[in-house]
Amino acid sequence: MALKIVKGSIDRMFDKNLQDLVRGIRNHKEDEAKYISTCIDEIKQELKQDNIAVKANAVCKLTYLQMLGYDVSWAAFNIVEVMSSSKFTYKRIGYLAASQCFHESTDVIMLTTNQIRKDLSSPNQYDTGVALTGLSCFVTPDLARDLANDIMTLMSHTKPYIRKKAVLIMYKVFLKYPESLRPAFPRLKEKLEDPDPGVQSAAVNVICELARRNPKNYLSLAPLFFKLMTSSTNNWVLIKIIKLFGALTPLEPRLGKKLIEPLTNLIHSTSAMSLLYECVNTVIAVLISLSSGMPNHSASIQVSFSRHAHTFSLKYLGLLAMSKILKTHPKSVQSHKDLILQCLDDKDESIRLRALDLLYGMVSKKNLMEIVKKLMLHVDKAEGTTYRDELLTKIIDICSQSNYQYITNFEWYISILVELTRLEGTRHGHLIASQMLDVAIRVKAIRAFAVAQMATLLDNAHLLTGNTQRNGICEVLYAAAWICGEFSEHLEEPMVTLEAMLRPKVATLPGHIQAVYVQNAAKLFATVLRGHEGVPADSMVAQETSQLLIDRLPLFVQSSNLEVQERASCILQLVKYIQKLQQKDVEVAEEVTALFAGELNPVAPKAQKKVPVPEGLDLDVWINEPPSGSESEDEGRKSKGKAVFAKEESRHTKPRYTEVDEKELAKRREVRKAEQANNPFYIKASPSSQKVYQDGVGVEHIPVVQIDLSVPLKVPGMPMSDQYVKLEEERRERNKADKKKKKDKKKREKGEKGRRRRGDSGPESEEDITPAHMVDIVTEEMPENALPSDDDDKDPNDPHKSICWAPCVNTAGYGVDQPPLYLSPHPSLSLAPHLQVCDIQGNLQDGSQVVVSVIFENKCDSFIKSMEFNVLDSLNSKLQRPDGAGPHDGLIVPFQLPPGISNEARFIFSVQNIVMPQKLKGTLTFIVKTDDSSTHEKLDFKLHFTCTSYLITTPCYSDAYSKLLESGDLKGCSLKLEGVNQPFHHLLARICFHHHFSVVERIDSCASMYSRSIQGHHMCLLVKTADQTVSIDAKCDEPGLLGNVLDEIKLTFSQC
Amino acid sequence: MIKFLLMVNKQGQTRLSKYYEQVDIEKRPSLETDVVKRCLSRKKEECSFVEYKDFRLVYRQYAALFIVVGISDTENELSIYELVHNFVEVLDKYFSRVVSSIMFNLDKVHIIIDEIIQNGHIVETNKNRILAPLLALDKMAEAH
Repeated sequence: MALKIVKGSIDRMFDKNLQDLVRGIRNHKEDEAKYISTCIDEIKQELKQDNIAVKANAVCKLTYLQMLGYDVSWAAFNIVEVMSSSKFTYKRIGYLAASQCFHESTDVIMLTTNQIRKDLSSPNQYDTGVALTGLSCFVTPDLARDLANDIMTLMSHTKPYIRKKAVLIMYKVFLKYPESLRPAFPRLKEKLEDPDPGVQSAAVNVICELARRNPKNYLSLAPLFFKLMTSSTNNWVLIKIIKLFGALTPLEPRLGKKLIEPLTNLIHSTSAMSLLYECVNTVIAVLISLSSGMPNHSASIQVSFSRHAHTFSLKYLGLLAMSKILKTHPKSVQSHKDLILQCLDDKDESIRLRALDLLYGMVSKKNLMEIVKKLMLHVDKAEGTTYRDELLTKIIDICSQSNYQYITNFEWYISILVELTRLEGTRHGHLIASQMLDVAIRVKAIRAFAVAQMATLLDNAHLLTGNTQRNGICEVLYAAAWICGEFSEHLEEPMVTLEAMLRPKVATLPGHIQAVYVQNAAKLFATVLRGHEGVPADSMVAQETSQLLIDRLPLFVQSSNLEVQERASCILQLVKYIQKLQQKDVEVAEEVTALFAGELNPVAPKAQKKVPVPEGLDLDVWINEPPSGSESEDEGRKSKGKAVFAKEESRHTKPRYTEVDEKELAKRREVRKAEQANNPFYIKASPSSQKVYQDGVGVEHIPVVQIDLSVPLKVPGMPMSDQYVKLEEERRERNKADKKKKKDKKKREKGEKGRRRRGDSGPESEEDITPAHMVDIVTEEMPENALPSDDDDKDPNDPHKSICWAPCVNTAGYGVDQPPLYLSPHPSLSLAPHLQVCDIQGNLQDGSQVVVSVIFENKCDSFIKSMEFNVLDSLNSKLQRPDGAGPHDGLIVPFQLPPGISNEARFIFSVQNIVMPQKLKGTLTFIVKTDDSSTHEKLDFKLHFTCTSYLITTPCYSDAYSKLLESGDLKGCSLKLEGVNQPFHHLLARICFHHHFSVVERIDSCASMYSRSIQGHHMCLLVKTADQTVSIDAKCDEPGLLGNVLDEIKLTFSQC
Repeated sequence: MIKFLLMVNKQGQTRLSKYYEQVDIEKRPSLETDVVKRCLSRKKEECSFVEYKDFRLVYRQYAALFIVVGISDTENELSIYELVHNFVEVLDKYFSRVVSSIMFNLDKVHIIIDEIIQNGHIVETNKNRILAPLLALDKMAEAH
């Protein structure tokens, strides 16, 4: 025995220890894998020995190898062996290995329960400590259940070293075995006031983590945390507590108000940036939840913060914080514009991207040009295409946001777009193109300018396409060609542009662009003809133009792209025909122009839906009666047995009424392709065949005139956007001067602005900035006989509804019979919150007020902000607005809605006459903010005040009731309801619930009811029922009101 | 909470890793290389926080040694940034030459980390207390 031990220790001298292993791996850089595999073999040998020291050493090495990514799960049992060693030096190696290698599905963990329990109760605090640390890494639900009690006892251990570890591991235990939370919680709470700061901090950590998952349950601990916050000096603990408060404030607004002061104190006193940052973050959260807004506060905090923002990390966090503030207090962020613009110069891309995000939210009419100018400078300087592309999309996003809300000068915008085409290697050519198209189509006044710009662009097309790297940008030519063709009447020299569009180089452009070129060349041709006809001297020019087309078009006829080919050959034939006519001196201009007559307008997304179905057309009626089911089934069965031909036949004869699904279509496509492939007469569109076609004609023989330039493009004669910035400034100055003189002019301009979307939250002075020219943003076209928008989306089964997130009307809670609030979306609405009126109630204190509670629910998956609730006042009913607000101003809804969130707001209306029911029209404007854009949206609705809503449930005693009836002041009226087959008490309950009555007395099938209006009218009902007939005799001192209420009661029962 | 802590050298080799959330052993190397690549590629003047997938990375460089901490976005980046420094100070106090010592004393570094961070939360920041168990262990070894 003794010999064995001696032998073991001699062996050990030759074993590698961890240091040797690390060194060895370093020295075997070339054959590391081989070296490690021999090491693992050695370790396996070592593990087979009885000597625990050898085993521990082996396990220690395994831990290192595991970290390098080698699987050591095969040694799990050996690890447990080492864990159970009585010597702490070995035990800790075992626990370390276990904490690194074990996870829930390691099966040997089951064997450790008793060992761990033993270690937990060990008199040596380090044994207990190491067991707790290890357990925190590999605790399983079983271990948690079995050891929860032991750990709970340790929470009150005499040594703080154990206490803090035990407290912290309880969190893991709660997660794995939730039942333990309830019994352990009181002790956990106790630990918040532990004399040892380490234990305290551990308890704070655990509770913060729990509270993050379910903040509501921890509100009661707020005072305790408040005390800790003012007393603790440990910054890490303070941060946790402040974070917790950040999570609690949205639930308890009063807490927020209390917090502001200590937090601002901390902000001013602390020297730790991390704490400062946390405080600022929480203050922001508090301000947002208070939503009443304390802009001064947030501004002052921000200043103190940005003052420190000299290091890179802080800059980044500062920007993050600002983006939070921006959501609620855009103005206070706007004042830091320069600072944010500076961040664009930062070397760190993440800082630049954050700054860009901020800029998006900061633009206003006033600063748009300036910001974009800065961004354009950055585009020039930017390294790396990703960031440059990001800049480009941001510029376009910023300009086009909210329906071009902030653009005052579209000439400027067009020139910005043109300048952007200079970007090398951008992927966003199509984005620029679509912007050009959008602006040219929708802003009529800009067309002449746009066309001139596009013509220059076309003329210099070789600069865009010359470099193959710039492929993405040639999409712009698509837009340019289309704009020049469509609005060719604005072209000064259509001939030049036509020539530019038919250059041989065009044939190298992508097919879809060539197609547009060819088509628009025809439009230009028509314009040229019209311009030159009638004047004898010019008829030569017209004929030359025809010749030009005839000369150049064949190139496109040979195109490999089907679309180009088809259009070119059509137009070529047309031109040839025209040429013949021209030679006979026939005037053709008018007829050619007629080919392209009519203006293209954008169509509203819902226009198709709005076209009314013609009378007498029922789309659901069969045109031909379908064959009866049994017959077709029969046929199907028969065909199965028949030959191939018969089967084919049956498919043709059987009409298909069911909708073909995607799969079926795909299958058919496959079949067709297979057929085509086998058909020798079918010409396939294979790339090889195209090549042969082109080569045969010899494209390369056509002389190429244009010279490729690889220098960055500066299109000659192109106005630079910078000039506009200056011009704009001058213009604004002038405008200001003008305005003082002409006050009446201002009115007119305001009316002009009214046509564009309003609701910008920019500074007041922004209102003074008027658009440079009469910009008329063409609204989207709707069919002439479109149905009134009220009827839109009425059909609950409308399949389109699910596509366009239309709001649904829900009136739960009040007035099931008559939805008090009708909602109908605006035509252009695609995203919408969901509105729900939960209650319309008379105000008990004031006889002329009605309180309307509206639940706003965000049903789309974007963030909704800046909601403004507005109602068009009638003579009788007025929305109560704050002092100083104009009669048409909307009320700002005091919250924002993240996706899926709902909140309730109350609005007070003053009502003069309550005798008649009323409908009020209103709109809700709001901004839908998605990741990359934000759009202004509008929701129209109707608010229906029934007479019932003026009634207040008031109890009345029978003697007072009879006195009232006897007084003779009341006038009577009666109502008979037939076919009501519900129990009498249901009927009474309905009247009470829906019409705010209370039952005074009930005898068998007869009851007396009472209610009072907000203006003090008494209303008495006597309800009797017999044989499904209900008769109501009613008396009231205001017959008009009574009549209307009775009508409403009737409606309630007719709808059930 | 803290998801993992990595110590890497300038070549991107992992010197030490500690996970507080279970990550499959097969996925660890690829995660580590990816994370390390992101941090190493950054210049000195760039900020020390990186957004990575659904969490954030906080890193700090000490000579040839990088310490990268993965945290959930509920954690305060700056406090972790300061914690890393605290950790390095502890290492500095215990080891004479940090970078090479770590290589050969990984188990001791693990003990230190375990004293500072437990199941993803900061448990101790006082240097003397952090080192207490380790010193006790050394005494035990000497006696042995």
